[in-house]
Amino acid sequence: MGYAKWVTVREDRIRELGKGRLLQLYETMYRIRRFEEEIADLYRRGLVPSSAHVYIGQEAVAAGVCANLERGDYVLTTHRGHAHNVAMGVPLNRLAAEILGKVDGVCRGRGGSMRVCSPEHGLLYACPIVGANIPIAVGVGLSLKRLRPGRVVACFFGDGASNIGDFHEGLNLAAVWKVPVIFICENNQYALSTSMERSTSVKNIADRACAYGIPSYIVDGNDVVAVYEAARTAVERARQAETPTLIECKTYRWLGHHVGDPGTAYRTAEEVEEWKKKCPIERLKRQLLTLGIAGMDEINEIEAKVNAEVKDAVDFAVGSPYPPEDELMEFVY
Amino acid sequence: MAERMLSMVEALNEALREEMERDERVIVMGEDVAVLGGIYRVTKGLLERFGPERVIDTPISEEGFVGAAIGAALTGLRPVVEIMYADFLANCMNQIVNFAAKMRYMSGGQLKVPIVVRAMVGHGRGHGGDHSQVPITWFLNIPGLKLVAPSTPRDAKGLLKASIRDEAPILFFEPYILYRVRGPVPEGEYLTPLGKADVKRRGSDATIVAVSAMVPRALEAAERLSGDGVEVEVVDPMTVKPMDWETIMDSVRRTNRLVVVEYSPKTGGVGAEIAARVMEEAFDYLDAPVVRVAAPDVPVPVSPALGKLTVPTVEDIIGAVRGIL
Repeated sequence: MGYAKWVTVREDRIRELGKGRLLQLYETMYRIRRFEEEIADLYRRGLVPSSAHVYIGQEAVAAGVCANLERGDYVLTTHRGHAHNVAMGVPLNRLAAEILGKVDGVCRGRGGSMRVCSPEHGLLYACPIVGANIPIAVGVGLSLKRLRPGRVVACFFGDGASNIGDFHEGLNLAAVWKVPVIFICENNQYALSTSMERSTSVKNIADRACAYGIPSYIVDGNDVVAVYEAARTAVERARQAETPTLIECKTYRWLGHHVGDPGTAYRTAEEVEEWKKKCPIERLKRQLLTLGIAGMDEINEIEAKVNAEVKDAVDFAVGSPYPPEDELMEFVY
Repeated sequence: MAERMLSMVEALNEALREEMERDERVIVMGEDVAVLGGIYRVTKGLLERFGPERVIDTPISEEGFVGAAIGAALTGLRPVVEIMYADFLANCMNQIVNFAAKMRYMSGGQLKVPIVVRAMVGHGRGHGGDHSQVPITWFLNIPGLKLVAPSTPRDAKGLLKASIRDEAPILFFEPYILYRVRGPVPEGEYLTPLGKADVKRRGSDATIVAVSAMVPRALEAAERLSGDGVEVEVVDPMTVKPMDWETIMDSVRRTNRLVVVEYSPKTGGVGAEIAARVMEEAFDYLDAPVVRVAAPDVPVPVSPALGKLTVPTVEDIIGAVRGIL
């Protein structure tokens, strides 16, 4: 096994995914974008009690991977995990309420932005300590293999996580135990402020999987179709062969590490602008229109529906009360 | 119930066997637990009986396999993990403290993490400071964990079975110096409830609360004091967290004197917690200050001449009791 393989999909073959799937990918990405814009706004209004690490610019990754998952599959995400909740279909109103620390939140206001999860929708947990979800995902894989063969777990993490021991211990265990896990590295190129060049010994995180005997792919993380296709291969392998795969998605977060970080101390305005031109949502929209797969009216309809849904979710969350004080000691054990 | 004489190792092995027979979801994992049967033989024969899917040798990768045990527990398995030396809990502190202990709470009750992490404590015998600790106290102020510390084969078996059936993440501390000591163990099924202390000896002149391997030493001290007409009550908390405060307070209210014995370093220890709590809740019943007997605040040295000074002796306990009579 040498170096990781790049996966690309030629634009003229996009149609093969089918219009329904493509519009679903568009809708999920748009829903993530709009949701995160509103969360950023709520943060700036002082309504988010924690940090808010938003996903704007990276939407193709969560959307492209989660579209391959079915009921009974699991996702483990990170502190930047709102998007995966959205992509797994967690109701936006309860998701937003959680991010605001409200009683109607999925975690009854205990977990907030960084731990928001809904196991009944497959979003098992968001691990806010970098890399920790990687060995946990291996154990989920072990359990699924034993108890529910054919089910898989997708584990999302950033480029920064590839430098912590959990990544290396977890990948080794996944390979030795042969578990149905899809590791997705969302390489947004900065671990908070520290760039890949200054922190990471390899150019491609996916190459590190080779050292553990795990097949790996690299994709343009702003190309939702490429992400979808790479994930489809990995998910099929996990379902059938019950073995792991790592996919590195090269992408970029438009905002800072969290909404309160302008993200300008360690990146140039030009760099950010270059990446904004590669917006994954605009890209798919352009493809849908120029290839004649969908018309503007259909796209407008999707956007209007999502806009209304997001507005309702925000209104619900803002209106939801905080948990009553007598709930403090509940759920310790 | 009829009884046999078993060592703690044998009693623990029986507990694992019985729980694995009873519940297919119970798995055992850790370093050298399968083919070798554990370096202390607690998991001996389990691989042959239950197969490699349920008895899993791990790489030397504590953060990794404890994390994996958490993931397995979240999704339906009941992992029992062995940490060869409790000192190595430092290698998986993140998974235990930030995940196992917190996921239930932070998820608003959506998740539960039913894992048991068994760890050998207090090896001593020249193994040195990073292979001899009794790090129960590291976890005392982590809400969400249960801490179990048996001192007899009978308790070890009943507590391990109860721990495996509990829904909370549990750290189960096994004292090396009692591993081979034999004691009566009932035939047949029994569970020893978590969160309940055991009064190992009745007495009216003073109370000793002793933790883990300090229990037999406290009992021996009590026997010798009895020869001089001093009757000491010995309480074994068995579950260090959540502590059975009722039993401890009840004893102190009757004897009016308290000595706490542990073999972790004194600063910030179980004894400190018990002393403070007794002062808060039973101050008016005390006829003397609470005394702590504990290890000195020093890493455990290898030389036997120095190493032996880091574990409280029967004489230390007798001296502490005499000092407050």
